[in-house]
Amino acid sequence: MTHTAKQVKQLDRVIIRFAGDSGDGMQLTGDRFTQETAAFGNDLVTLPNFPAEIRAPQGTLPGVSSFQVHFADHDILTAGDAPDVLVAMNPAALRANLGDLPKGATIIVDTHDFTARNLTKAGYSENPLDGDTLAEYALHTVDLTGMTVEAVKEFGLSRKDASRAKNMFALGLLSWMYGRPTESTHAFLAKRFAKVPDIRDANIAAFKAGWNFGETTETFIVRYEIKPAPMAPGTYRNITGNLALSYGLIAGGVQSGLSVFLGSYPITPASDILHELSKHKGFGVTTFQAEDEIAGVGAAIGASFAGQLGVTSTSGPGVALKSEAVGLAVMTELPLIVVDVQRGGPSTGLPTKTEQADLLQAMFGRNGEAPVPIVAPQSPGDCFDAAVEAVRIAITYRTPVMILSDGYLANGSEPWRIPILDELPAIDPHFATEKNYGSGDGAEFWPYLRDDATLARPWAIPGTPGLEHRIGGLEKGDGHGNISYDPANHDFMVRTRQAKVDRIADSLPPLEVDDPDGEAKVLVLGWGSTYGPIGAGVRRVRKAGYRVAQAHLRHLNPFPNDLGDILRRYDKVLVPEMNLGQLSLLLRGKYLVDVVGYNEVRGLPLKAAVLADVIGGLVAEAEGIEVDLTTKESSDD
Amino acid sequence: MTELGIPALRSGTEDVPTTDLKQTGKDFTSDQEVRWCPGCGDYAVLKAVQSFLPDLGLRRENIVFVSGIGCSSRFPYYLDTYGMHSIHGRAPTIATGIATAREDLSVWVVTGDGDALSIGGNHLIHTLRRNVNMTILLFNNRIYGLTKGQYSPTSETGKVTKSTPMGSLDHPFNPVSLALGAEATFVARTIDSDRKHLTGVLAAAAAHRGTSLVEIYQNCPIFNDGAFDAIKNPDTKADALIPLVHGEPVTFGARDDEGRGDKALVRDEQTGGVKIVATADVDASDIVVHDAHNDDPTMAFAISRLTDAGYLNTSPIGIFRQVERSTYDDAAREQVAVAKNGDAADRAARLTALIGGGDTWTVL
Repeated sequence: MTHTAKQVKQLDRVIIRFAGDSGDGMQLTGDRFTQETAAFGNDLVTLPNFPAEIRAPQGTLPGVSSFQVHFADHDILTAGDAPDVLVAMNPAALRANLGDLPKGATIIVDTHDFTARNLTKAGYSENPLDGDTLAEYALHTVDLTGMTVEAVKEFGLSRKDASRAKNMFALGLLSWMYGRPTESTHAFLAKRFAKVPDIRDANIAAFKAGWNFGETTETFIVRYEIKPAPMAPGTYRNITGNLALSYGLIAGGVQSGLSVFLGSYPITPASDILHELSKHKGFGVTTFQAEDEIAGVGAAIGASFAGQLGVTSTSGPGVALKSEAVGLAVMTELPLIVVDVQRGGPSTGLPTKTEQADLLQAMFGRNGEAPVPIVAPQSPGDCFDAAVEAVRIAITYRTPVMILSDGYLANGSEPWRIPILDELPAIDPHFATEKNYGSGDGAEFWPYLRDDATLARPWAIPGTPGLEHRIGGLEKGDGHGNISYDPANHDFMVRTRQAKVDRIADSLPPLEVDDPDGEAKVLVLGWGSTYGPIGAGVRRVRKAGYRVAQAHLRHLNPFPNDLGDILRRYDKVLVPEMNLGQLSLLLRGKYLVDVVGYNEVRGLPLKAAVLADVIGGLVAEAEGIEVDLTTKESSDD
Repeated sequence: MTELGIPALRSGTEDVPTTDLKQTGKDFTSDQEVRWCPGCGDYAVLKAVQSFLPDLGLRRENIVFVSGIGCSSRFPYYLDTYGMHSIHGRAPTIATGIATAREDLSVWVVTGDGDALSIGGNHLIHTLRRNVNMTILLFNNRIYGLTKGQYSPTSETGKVTKSTPMGSLDHPFNPVSLALGAEATFVARTIDSDRKHLTGVLAAAAAHRGTSLVEIYQNCPIFNDGAFDAIKNPDTKADALIPLVHGEPVTFGARDDEGRGDKALVRDEQTGGVKIVATADVDASDIVVHDAHNDDPTMAFAISRLTDAGYLNTSPIGIFRQVERSTYDDAAREQVAVAKNGDAADRAARLTALIGGGDTWTVL
């Protein structure tokens, strides 16, 4: 083989989308490319996107699964709006993703599956690879499957098994094209298929063949170089939100000295938290796969009553089922963590797609006045810190706490600076051991006698002599905790439970507002996974020479104490959300500030370019100027 | 051997700390005023439990009563132990969390026919199949009391109540059959008014390691008075109650000098179940000998079917089944114990290793 001379082009960022049938291994391919990219030192953000069906009908549009990775030589915030490169393993993958590609994008197509039958399944009446319908793209047609089968011939696999390694061929080709280090993928394949040597060797051979194909073919004449991104000193790894959240819960257990008890029922996209925690019994973690959502939270409440850290993980439909039990935890004032990995709703909705439409459910979805603190992570790695914070609040204030993650955070990944445990807060469960009312022989234990600072009640666990007491869902008398139907007592207790949650705000740091010269008239305020796209949109606007401030809420209930003042400081407040305006409603109700919502519920993250336009429009209105975002470089998300 | 013929296996309270202090029923009585209706069967059960608990010799602070919603679910408030009055139907879930978290607690669930079999039916069967170490006292008054008199899942078909003026349409559950179907390891039935039998069953239930389901027939004098008259009336009860004693032939009715009843249970070739015959008509060797330890629940189920689904004229009582099977909570704790490497002190070091695992890179 003769080596073709290759050019090397420098790029600052690239967005690649791998797309294929849901059985083609695209998630694995994307994940490996991501790990290689992380090891290389680029900053990155990923966006997996897959159907709810495990194996949707082969070759059809609903069966398309994709994985997008955005990587750069600088700090980036989103998985990118539009892919620069699409790898399409079949006609459906091409058709489903073509609309997202900008003109000039590179398309690499596996021609093997472009048969009449597959074209029809994808809804093509003519082969798009013929003719000039794709003329405005840089199209590369390659028989990835054919070459894979050829490359693994020596292992004597069936044609079907042989062709299944085509994703590794594609990975090899892309790894070559972007100069990715390949050691980790070799090691991964060797481990993953250790028990089936033929398959292992075939995958490694296909991966190498893909790389060598890039090296020798004349089809690809350019390699790209994206230098490592400067990052803050530290040790990094790539991490998904569900993994970071699981680690955060374990860390919460370690920091508080409590055993974690997870009661959970499998549900997309939260199940990975159950899977992950079930691996870590070595940390004293108990995982209980319950008969339903209610039993999951019930067992967690029981474990908390018994002195463990009760956790339940679910998605929106599960939160609906758990609501009554969460109310019980509010009434009994027991620590409890409720993880809601939000997905498209209502009802079964869009199980594998992302949304932020459970905020009001978390806030109000219970009978009676039942305040529950809410924390939300803003990126996959941030799920760790959000979980630790939720544990801190739950234990310190003896209250259920809702963590609102979402499908994008759960499955998306980013480089994560591994935290140093000493930097985490110490959390003291401070179990009650002594009677707390009266003295001498007449001393009693009053389960609802509160701490002056936090308003938390004592947590006396069974096995503690002398502190025997009964709690439950009926209204409790202030202090002694016996059943009370007294009107004044109920009014007092309702207000006290609210006051306890409100008081959490006193323990929060001031809200960070990013307003570089302090003169912006427009503030963009978000929560949860919109952090990336909002930040990227804000950067675009700033790069174009305009002023805009950004703040992001970790705490949705209670809000930080200074939030009202901050909102009033700006002429316009934009609140982008993947719902129809739930945070907007809360802000308007609480602060009487007429915030402007930007709302989308497409099951996908917001796009930075769209947000930049919306922000630009508001800046123009607020400052009475013309805003033109196209005149300057603005591609830096 | 207890009075009911059940030998003690590994005890349900084995890991619960005991006390040498002399305890009395008063020690287990809380300062709260008991607020059931006058004449309610719950009083008798409460009294029996309060006077039975000292017999266990356990430290009071290591006993937890959990209840759901309903009249009987007020029970924990009246006992001076740890307790939680939870939400409708969910007590077994909460008790599962408590029992799994702590082997040193004696966990009790108090529930009713609506709480356990209607709204909480799912949790009941799953708790039974898992065999979590707890004792469930199912107060069956065959009516909804706290909501003022609607039919329950154990009410006889055709029951006229506030919500069924033309008679209820549902076929009732037989709680014992249901529990046996869920492969419960301990299933018993007793009666609120028979203190001795009730206490004997409670003792056996507490001693059993795993989920013990005890159905307690309990009269509601307000909304379903007389539901159990046939089995309580001195004139009829000998013919109505079929007492089950492990290892003994099952006979009932008028007793002869040797204590043998004039009615007996024999296998019914036609149905594969059991039937009631006149003792005099059959060979003594054909009479069913009760075997609560039979791993196969088929015979226990067959006996449970002798309970009337309509007005109660016939009902077996006693321990239908008691078999040994690994408990969920013991096994769950065992897994945690096996996985634990090192003590709590080095958890932080192991956590650092865990989160720092995988493919990492360092930026200086």
